[in-house]
Amino acid sequence: MNEARGIERTVEAIYRAESRRVLATLIRLLSDFDLAEEALHDAFAAASERWRRDGAPANPRAWLVSAGRFKAIDRLRRRARFDASLTELAERLDAENQDAAMREAEEIEDDRLRLIFTCCHPSLPPDAQLALTLREVCGLTTEEIARAFLTAAPTLAQRIVRAKTRIRDAKIPYEVPARTDLPDRLDSVLHTIYLVFNEGYSASSGASLTRHDLSGEAIRLGRLLVELLPEPEAIGLLALMLLQESRRPARTSPSGELVLLADQDRTLWDRKQIEEGTALLERALFSRRFGPYTLQAAIAAVHANAPDTGATDWGEIAGLYDILLQADPSPVIALNRAAAIAMRDGPAAGLALIDAIFARGELLDYHLAHSARADFCRRLGRTADARASYLQALSLTRQEPERRFIERRLAELGE
Amino acid sequence: MKYALLVYLEEAKFDAMTQRERDSYVNASLDNDAELARSGHFIMAQALKTPPHAVSVRKRDGKVSVTDGPFAETKEHLGGFMLIEARDLNEAIKIAGDLPLARVGTIEVRPFEELTYIDIPEEEAAR
Repeated sequence: MNEARGIERTVEAIYRAESRRVLATLIRLLSDFDLAEEALHDAFAAASERWRRDGAPANPRAWLVSAGRFKAIDRLRRRARFDASLTELAERLDAENQDAAMREAEEIEDDRLRLIFTCCHPSLPPDAQLALTLREVCGLTTEEIARAFLTAAPTLAQRIVRAKTRIRDAKIPYEVPARTDLPDRLDSVLHTIYLVFNEGYSASSGASLTRHDLSGEAIRLGRLLVELLPEPEAIGLLALMLLQESRRPARTSPSGELVLLADQDRTLWDRKQIEEGTALLERALFSRRFGPYTLQAAIAAVHANAPDTGATDWGEIAGLYDILLQADPSPVIALNRAAAIAMRDGPAAGLALIDAIFARGELLDYHLAHSARADFCRRLGRTADARASYLQALSLTRQEPERRFIERRLAELGE
Repeated sequence: MKYALLVYLEEAKFDAMTQRERDSYVNASLDNDAELARSGHFIMAQALKTPPHAVSVRKRDGKVSVTDGPFAETKEHLGGFMLIEARDLNEAIKIAGDLPLARVGTIEVRPFEELTYIDIPEEEAAR
């Protein structure tokens, strides 16, 4: 009896540790996501039965891949009675040399990377890349992802179904891109991971515990990517996420109110994450092939290693933003640069930069841009302008802690 | 997680089939049940008699009323249901899509809702 429970626990532990690797390899061997998922399920069902009798094998991963493959061929054969087209597929899979498919350990390690690149393929819409990555690479259930993204589960499920259909119909290859395509394709992967992180990071209220877990999931993904493909920007992204995550305990007050960087209790910052992030950053910078994520990590590191706002090297930060804006000329980066320059040269300089962004018709719907403008006006004593911008920010924000924060600022403006 | 797969069918489509075709759906469905039992997804499956065998029952103001046929007048009616255990909604969708009857009918996938006793304040519970 105890032994049976022991085996159950072993199977569960192996599921947690190996199921995504086994799935990634089965997708390659079977060339089909759905068939591979069924095979994975069947392999684990067979494992709990067989291992109870014979004990766990020396190499459970190889056992599971092999069992999954045989189960899939079995299934196809049974189904072929109603769908003759499956006979050919079953025959072909059976004929392929199992040993050859399994021989190269390197090939198997690469399978996880293949899975990540396929899930983040640029021909899939970004929200589908996100959903697929979380489900297939991280092993989250559709319902968990839906809860984390505050989306209805049926909507999310359809996104996943459509993405898989697209992979099949567009014959998206299951492979790690060639050197020449790598920078672009890696961008797409990094972007997806960072989106997952931000989804979790921007959720700061106590009610959003499941969303918080998304940041942890993104960091795990980032670590996996660095382990499999230590490209400078992958390392830079992991550094960035760790450095941002280190501030989490200080970002909200015990009552769930938002605390700005300048007002945070820096003793609450997670030193271990800062150390790890800083070390990774140095590694990325050392490569001299870094890009926007590494630069953002460098900015985060300046903050992380400053004892307080006053002692922060704003000149260094503004300089890093200048380079970042050249590498990635996006309006949000221009906004952050304006905030840094305001710290270095005073609020009037920041205000001029934000007004220039607005004049280009950019960020007009972005609540943080209006909130920053309001802050500059407040510091310049232009109370009426500050109030107008806070109200604009208030009408655009959808997050409760941010709402309350702006309302507090409005109240502080007084008359 | 547990899901109900509700199988909606249009009778006219079956009327237009040969007996052999209809029989093959029966066998394929039973085979599919066996397949799902093997993989551990199966809880139960049940076909239902056609709408002419149904009665709808209501109780209002203490009076029971009974009418012929299903509650809603629609072209597609509930022809059967299956209860399954699946990892998540997408696995349930995959299983629904593989039901032989998905080729002629519509399968509605509904997650189970788990009910637990709720503390109801006295005055409201009195009713």
